[in-house]
Amino acid sequence: MVNAVGEPQNIVLLGGRSDIGLAIVSELLSPSTATVVLASRALESEQKSDRNGVAAVPLGPGSFATLEKVFDARDSGTHAGFVAQLADDIGDLDVVIVAFGVLGEQSEFDSQPHLAADLAQINFGGAMSVCLAVAAQFRRQGHGHLVVLSSVAGERVRKANFVYGATKAGIDAFAQGLSDSLADTPARVTIVRPGYVHTAMTAGRPAAPFATTAQDVAKATVKGMRQGRRIVWAPGILRWVFMILRHLPHPIWRRLPLG
Amino acid sequence: MGPHYHPMNLNGWGLTIPSGSLLGQVAPEQLLAAVAGADQRGVIMRGLGRSYGDPAQNSGGRVLTLNSSLLEIELDVATGIVRAGGGVSLHDLLEIIVPQGFFVPVTPGTRFVTVGGAIASDIHGKNHHLEGSFGNHVEDIELLVADGSIRVISPHQESELFWATIGGMGLTGVILNARFRLLRIETSRCVVATQRCENIDVLMSVMAESDDNYRYSVAWTDLLATGSRLGRSVLWRGDHAAVGDLDQSSTEDPLIYEPQHVLTVPPLVPTQGFVNPLTSRIFSEFWYRRAPKHRTGEIKSIASFFHPLDAIGSWNRLYGRQGFLQYQFVVPFAEGEVLKVIVERFARAKVASPLVVLKRFGNGNEGHLSFPMPGWTLTVDIPAGIEGLATLLHEIDDLVLNAGGRHYLAKDAHMNSEAVRRGYPRLEEWQKIQRLIDPQGRWQSDQARRLHLIERTPHHG
Repeated sequence: MVNAVGEPQNIVLLGGRSDIGLAIVSELLSPSTATVVLASRALESEQKSDRNGVAAVPLGPGSFATLEKVFDARDSGTHAGFVAQLADDIGDLDVVIVAFGVLGEQSEFDSQPHLAADLAQINFGGAMSVCLAVAAQFRRQGHGHLVVLSSVAGERVRKANFVYGATKAGIDAFAQGLSDSLADTPARVTIVRPGYVHTAMTAGRPAAPFATTAQDVAKATVKGMRQGRRIVWAPGILRWVFMILRHLPHPIWRRLPLG
Repeated sequence: MGPHYHPMNLNGWGLTIPSGSLLGQVAPEQLLAAVAGADQRGVIMRGLGRSYGDPAQNSGGRVLTLNSSLLEIELDVATGIVRAGGGVSLHDLLEIIVPQGFFVPVTPGTRFVTVGGAIASDIHGKNHHLEGSFGNHVEDIELLVADGSIRVISPHQESELFWATIGGMGLTGVILNARFRLLRIETSRCVVATQRCENIDVLMSVMAESDDNYRYSVAWTDLLATGSRLGRSVLWRGDHAAVGDLDQSSTEDPLIYEPQHVLTVPPLVPTQGFVNPLTSRIFSEFWYRRAPKHRTGEIKSIASFFHPLDAIGSWNRLYGRQGFLQYQFVVPFAEGEVLKVIVERFARAKVASPLVVLKRFGNGNEGHLSFPMPGWTLTVDIPAGIEGLATLLHEIDDLVLNAGGRHYLAKDAHMNSEAVRRGYPRLEEWQKIQRLIDPQGRWQSDQARRLHLIERTPHHG
């Protein structure tokens, strides 16, 4: 359950190693936290040391339990069962954060088109199926807050990463519809649209204007959740920037030096 | 015919933490089937929804309200004992008993609570320092328990279950009806003495010295005052008026009872509500200055003395879309200094609260989860959306718990399980009794889940 100041007991992070996801979890931690579930493709302990031996980001002090679960975003057939089993194990899912996603290399998609379909299966297909499974659980339990990590990349797709951008445009539109479909219930959906964020995913890529950090995105997200916002821009100014960019004449948009 | 259920988003009086459940209005004879038909998400009873947080809601499960009828009020004028159905409100009860010269033994700040809710929360009022909480006045209860049987429980019969039900938040069964002792009154008016106290030290010493001379005592505190005026307050104390206290025009009908309804706040209140530091400051200044420095012998009606806010329907809407918390705790008398620290902490955080009430509790009763214990109890209304509130409340929780105090479950909307465990040392004892009477975990509520009041999760089906 969540209390009246917006502190959840059980927090589930799908994409258990996402920097932004972990930052949101950290921001939600409180003396009321009971269980944090970090779900990802392989358990941290079984993973090869691709993080240079650094363990999962420590979440901070507290007396809650941290569970690691195996979750494969590609394997949509398992999602409903995964969510139901999770609720059986830990009780109500108070906050679920859908943070998994792959950025991909546009040049690889050009030479190996099937990789684009794989990416869509994770970022869009898998995200849809697990969001629907979570929504069904929210209806059963009568409450819940779903956080979907979208991106400004989906707000107006640009040539440098249009495959990624298209998947984010898809999941963003889907999450808006899902939010509307839950409007008669107390369950809530918050869609987060960050700009360029300095994380493991973007390491080595040139920063875009208004670059931000995972911590700032997390702060904005949790504040937005507590205020009942449906859409959170991070940083907030991007809302106004994109209000303009969205309407730029196409020949200009195409030529903008946006990386 | 069975009851009709419909999906409903329910919240408490504080308008926070809504949750979805199936709501059914049932007659007493339909209860058994309604309870037996609940799935693993269980069932909880709901009265008039005046608990501030989530004890009367059950997300994903059933919530039942008991039909009430005035026929369920049986007053024995000779003994002064009334039997009332669990769904009967104090409002309805007062309309019947006051004209016959009786008053409820305990009333909270609103008369819109049910008898079942009054017992399940073991409510207290302005007379706690002398007369204890509602449970102290209960003769016996007919309780529908999870196995479908009806138990008659009292301090002498199944006393463990009785005291587990007093303050048990509805988690031991359904309070079908109860018999309790009333107070005899000569008139429907109160004689009130009002006194301004320039700071919390003065207030506390005046209350400690002379509260026992008055049946009723309560102080309203200005939480925005600081420095030498920290905790400045208006203290109201009084008793029921005798016929001789009234002037001639009122003595013709000394027991007339006509509570006024002034207005109802419409649902369209601005998102931010009307309660903010500015309005609270104006309100506080007004109330403090409006009160006389010292006045005695003022005659007030029952409604205006006990239930002033009931004149304004849906006043909870004034706090805006995000709702509010009513934070209430008690600390032992020996920890009066902690009370001052907490008042100062609230004042420093500039918590805009127009409703802050300080009261002295007398002895507690044997209810395992009954809130009152000898000490100071402070009640603060706080808009839920204010910045940094979560951190502030956890800090104050610690001050309260370290002082050996605790929080009121009927008001609670933010505690965690650890705070209940520390505040209520008899929780485990209560849980044993609860487990015996409800082995399947049929009674469930959002609050019970949030605070782990019931330490087992029902088997999923």
